[in-house]
Amino acid sequence: MIVAKRKPIEEIKEMVKGYQKVLNVGCGTCVSVCLVGGEKEVNILNAELEMARKMEDNPIEMGAASVERQCDREFLAELDDKVGEYEALMSMACGVGIQFLAERFPDKPVLPAVDTTGLAVNQDVGWYEERCRSCGSCVLGWTGGICPVTLCAKGLYNGPCGGTNNGSCEIDPEQPCAWFKIYERLAGQGRLDLIKEFHPANAWQDQVPRTLIQPGYEKAEATGQKT
Amino acid sequence: MEKVLKKGHFAFTGELGPPRGANAEEVRKKAAFLKGNVDSVNITDNQTAMVRMSSWASCLLLIQEGLEPNYQMVCRDRNRLAMQSDILGAYALGIRNILCLSGDHCKFGDHPQAKGVFDIDSMQLIAMVKKMRDEGQFLSGGELDEAPKMFIGAAANPFADPFEWRVYRLAKKVSAGVDFIQTQCIYNMEKFRQYMKQANDMGLTEKVFILAGVTPMKSVGMAKYMKNKVPGMDVPDEIIKRLQGVEKKKQAEEGIKIAVEQIEEFKEMKGVAGVHLMAIEWEHKVPQIAEMAKVLPRPKLE
Ligand code: SF4
Ligand code: SF4
Repeated sequence: MIVAKRKPIEEIKEMVKGYQKVLNVGCGTCVSVCLVGGEKEVNILNAELEMARKMEDNPIEMGAASVERQCDREFLAELDDKVGEYEALMSMACGVGIQFLAERFPDKPVLPAVDTTGLAVNQDVGWYEERCRSCGSCVLGWTGGICPVTLCAKGLYNGPCGGTNNGSCEIDPEQPCAWFKIYERLAGQGRLDLIKEFHPANAWQDQVPRTLIQPGYEKAEATGQKT
Repeated sequence: MEKVLKKGHFAFTGELGPPRGANAEEVRKKAAFLKGNVDSVNITDNQTAMVRMSSWASCLLLIQEGLEPNYQMVCRDRNRLAMQSDILGAYALGIRNILCLSGDHCKFGDHPQAKGVFDIDSMQLIAMVKKMRDEGQFLSGGELDEAPKMFIGAAANPFADPFEWRVYRLAKKVSAGVDFIQTQCIYNMEKFRQYMKQANDMGLTEKVFILAGVTPMKSVGMAKYMKNKVPGMDVPDEIIKRLQGVEKKKQAEEGIKIAVEQIEEFKEMKGVAGVHLMAIEWEHKVPQIAEMAKVLPRPKLE
C-alpha cells in the first residue's frame, strides 16, 4: 500500500495562514489503512487547526469530507457541489490523490497535509516498511524476492558492498543489509549462481513521467477522458 | 605501476587525501613524503562523503610533482555521463590508473542529506572503463575518438560478511574487467590467508594483481575505533593487546612494527603482487615504513 506521514502542525498552519474557510479531504483507501489520512484523521487535524487559530484570535472554519479514493475521478465527483463555498482545499491523500484533487478543481489552491513516503508493507499496527520504489523493471526474480533498489542504501545491482557489517548495512546497525539477505536467501535455495553473474548498468525506467495503458485498453484512452 | 606489476616486481603504492579547501601546497607537501617511496599514489574521491578537492585535480598536482597517481572514482557523486567525461579528461591530462569504487554513503559525510547518485555501481563502472578502453566505445555503444588506455583497479574487502561470498565478488570484478585490486586494510592475517588461498585455487590471482592493504595503527584508541566503529573492518583482539602491551608513547612505533611484519609476510604470500599502504594523515611516516619494510629503492621503469 501507499504510506504517508502527517506533516508537522506548524507547517500545515503556515500553509493555511491566509485562509478562513478550508475543506479538508481525506481518502478512504491506503492512507486510511495506514492511519494517516482517513475520515478520523481529517477530523482530528481539523479540530487541531480550529483550536490553534481560535487561540490566535483568527478563527478558521475547516470543512471535512472523505472520499473512497482520491486517485479515482468517479469518487472525486462527489465533491463537485461542495468545494464552491471554500477558499482552499486541503488533502490528506497520497501525492497522487492530492494532484488529482488539484486537477479536478484547478481554480482552488490545494494544500498537502501529509508527506507521501512510499510503497510499504504493514509489519505491525502503525509500523510500515518500504519495499518498492516502482522502478519499472522488477529484479525480484533473481534477487530472492528482496528488492535491492529499495532496501540497499546504495541501490546496488551487484552487491553487497564492502560496508556490510555482521549482516547490517553500513549506514546503520539497525538496518539489515539487503544484499546480505539476498545472499542468505539464495544460498538457502541453492540459487547463488543468479548473483555470481555480472549485472550490467541498469536502464532506468523512471526518468520521465510514465503512463501505463494495459493491453486491450488503448482505445478507451484514445477516445479521451470521461468524467 | 602497470609496468612494475607486469614486470613481476612487488608493487608498493600509497595514498593521499586531498585537502578540504583549494590549498595546492598541502597536496604538494604530502606528495613530497611519498615521492620515490611508492610506485603510485591513490587520490581519494570525496572520502567518507566529505567534500574535498577533486580527485582528478589533485592527481594533476601529483603529476606536476613527478608522481604517478591512481585516480579514485566513486559512484556516489556522478552519473554515467559525468563519469565518462571525467575519465576522458583525466586520460587526456596524463592520468593512467583509475580505481573504481562504490563510495561511502552520504550519510557519513558533511552533506548527509545529499542525493546519492549510484546510477551505476562499482562493478558496472569497471566494465564501463574497460569498454571505453578496449572497444573504444561509450557505455551507450557510441564510438569515442581515442580510447583512454586506463589501467583499471578496484577495491575488495575480504572481511565484510558474508565471508564465503567475498571471493566470488572478487571473481565478479575480475570478470567485469579489473586489472588490479587493492584490498581493505588487513589486520586479521589468518582470514586473509584463507581468502588468498581461495583466490589462488579459483585461478583469480593469475588474472588480476592483488595488492594487500596495510594501515599502521597509531594508537590503541585508533585500533578500538576501527574495530567497533568502521563497518566491514576486522581487527583481532591480539592487535589491540599487542598495542596495549607497550607504553602509550611507543604505541605508534609498535603499530608501524606490526605493519612492517605484515608487509614482510605479504612479500612471500602466494598471489599477492604488492602492498597498498594507506597512511592517511601520516604521509610523513611513509619513508620510514618503506625503509623498514625493505621495499626501497622503487624500480625505475620507462
Ligand atoms: S525491483 Fe524493487 S523497486 Fe523495482 S519494481 Fe521490483 S520491488 Fe519495486
Ligand atoms: S551494506 Fe548492504 S545494504 Fe548497505 S549499501 Fe552496502 S550492500 Fe547496500
